[in-house]
Amino acid sequence: MGNLRSLSTSQQVGLLFVTLFGVLVLTTLIAFARSFRESSDAQSELQERFARDLRAVWLGALLFWVAWAAGPFVSTLLFGFVSFFALREFVTLTHTRRADHRALLLAFFVVLPAQYVLVGMRLFNAFTVFIPVYVFFAIPVISALANDPQRFLERTAKIQWGIAVCVFGMSHAPALLLLDLPRWHERGAFLVFYLVVVVATAQVVQELASRRLRRRPVARAISRSFSWRAWGAGAGAAAAIGTLLYWTTPFKPLEALVMGAIAGATGTLGEFVMKALKRDAGVRNWRGSASVTGAVGLLDRVAPLCFAAPVFFHSVRWYYAV
Amino acid sequence: MKLPEAAGLVLAFIARLITGAQGHWYGSPPKAEQRIYFANHQSHFDWVLIWAALPRDLRAATRPIAARDYWTATPLKHWITREIFNAVYVSRHRPEGGSSSPKEDSEDPLEPLMEALRNGDSLVIFPEGTRGHTGEPAPFKSGLYSLAQAFPEVQLIPAWIDNVQRVMPKGEVVPVPILCTVVFGAPVALRPGEERRAFLDRARQAVVALREVA
Repeated sequence: MGNLRSLSTSQQVGLLFVTLFGVLVLTTLIAFARSFRESSDAQSELQERFARDLRAVWLGALLFWVAWAAGPFVSTLLFGFVSFFALREFVTLTHTRRADHRALLLAFFVVLPAQYVLVGMRLFNAFTVFIPVYVFFAIPVISALANDPQRFLERTAKIQWGIAVCVFGMSHAPALLLLDLPRWHERGAFLVFYLVVVVATAQVVQELASRRLRRRPVARAISRSFSWRAWGAGAGAAAAIGTLLYWTTPFKPLEALVMGAIAGATGTLGEFVMKALKRDAGVRNWRGSASVTGAVGLLDRVAPLCFAAPVFFHSVRWYYAV
Repeated sequence: MKLPEAAGLVLAFIARLITGAQGHWYGSPPKAEQRIYFANHQSHFDWVLIWAALPRDLRAATRPIAARDYWTATPLKHWITREIFNAVYVSRHRPEGGSSSPKEDSEDPLEPLMEALRNGDSLVIFPEGTRGHTGEPAPFKSGLYSLAQAFPEVQLIPAWIDNVQRVMPKGEVVPVPILCTVVFGAPVALRPGEERRAFLDRARQAVVALREVA
């Protein structure tokens, strides 16, 4: 694998996309062939769910390709829109009151664009403190000015949390894209690719492992499938895939293993936290169409990335001291 | 493509960006038949939401009702309601002894609606008459009954608009992005010999019942 690293950037990119789309085409063909077989109701439901997930992966891969082809500006914009849709879904699920209107406007139309502009301008110090310091201060002030004390802390906390996950967390993905590491100039897209692949692998393997292992769930009221064993399997698989992909990153194989494990482990824990949030909002399964007003399940899919990206980003930054 | 058409597409895109504007059809498919859609009314945004939730080819033939004094006051408002939405203008019905001129009082407020229906257009009306803010729709005004009597062949489709009061509460100007849905139900028809109040309550029930489906 070492000689893969010596290839030129464009050769590596070509190889990555051929591999990615090759795997996708193969998986789609197998799933298509299997759909002809006789299957029980439970099986066909699983197949349907798999087909839905596969469509989402296709969409993600195509978006990634478009983002790569169009350069960092367009991909930052793209992540900005994903952030917007995720936050829209988050706010729909939480019960905000009339008095939150101005605070929400601030979140959607000031904080979100400003954060992505900071990312785009590579002002990494400003972008790291903008939301935790300045927005953390501004949101409750705006909320308090609206003159409604009812459940004030709860409402403010919800908005803050939504911003932290959907905007702050998500914005670390394009930040990776623009991160200038030593001897790693203009190749940040590989880090985003690495992160997405590793997190997705951890999710899939954890899901499969929890189905196979049938361990006692750690927190039954929140998730019937989450067990430490399955979580470990997910993080392990993420580490393995991460090591295999080390040539796409600035890491040495061992570093790639550790980074993969960190990203995978935080991503699946983020998914677990999102499940708790769903239960709180009274949603069993927000992939269903009729359960919640218009919730389309985007938040569900991007949440692991939102949680994993900041941890991964700051691990990389800290390790390379940039 | 002409300017109003393009502006309409942009507006529908913005409405979808902000609210999702998802239309769910239960009991009546989105077809190009002559219809009167009637819905609960909570926000200025209601009409735009229903309009954006309709399939594109139905939008042109579906018209809103606009108060003439307000929506023709400035050239921009007039242009938007006339060119993009093709609105049916009505003069607001003033109570007896109001400041209105005798000429306005003499006109039947439903006449412009009847005229539009005779032309074969579909309408969207909010029979509560005014925007509510309690969540429960107010009792319906009698206009719907008169229209149902005069045009028995036109389908009456109830619609429930969900969440829109959170997008733009009364008194605010800028909408917050929150997902909304419009649920369209099965047609409600006037039964032979049905009383006015009974019909209006039944129509209101049909709208409220869609809340559970949403």
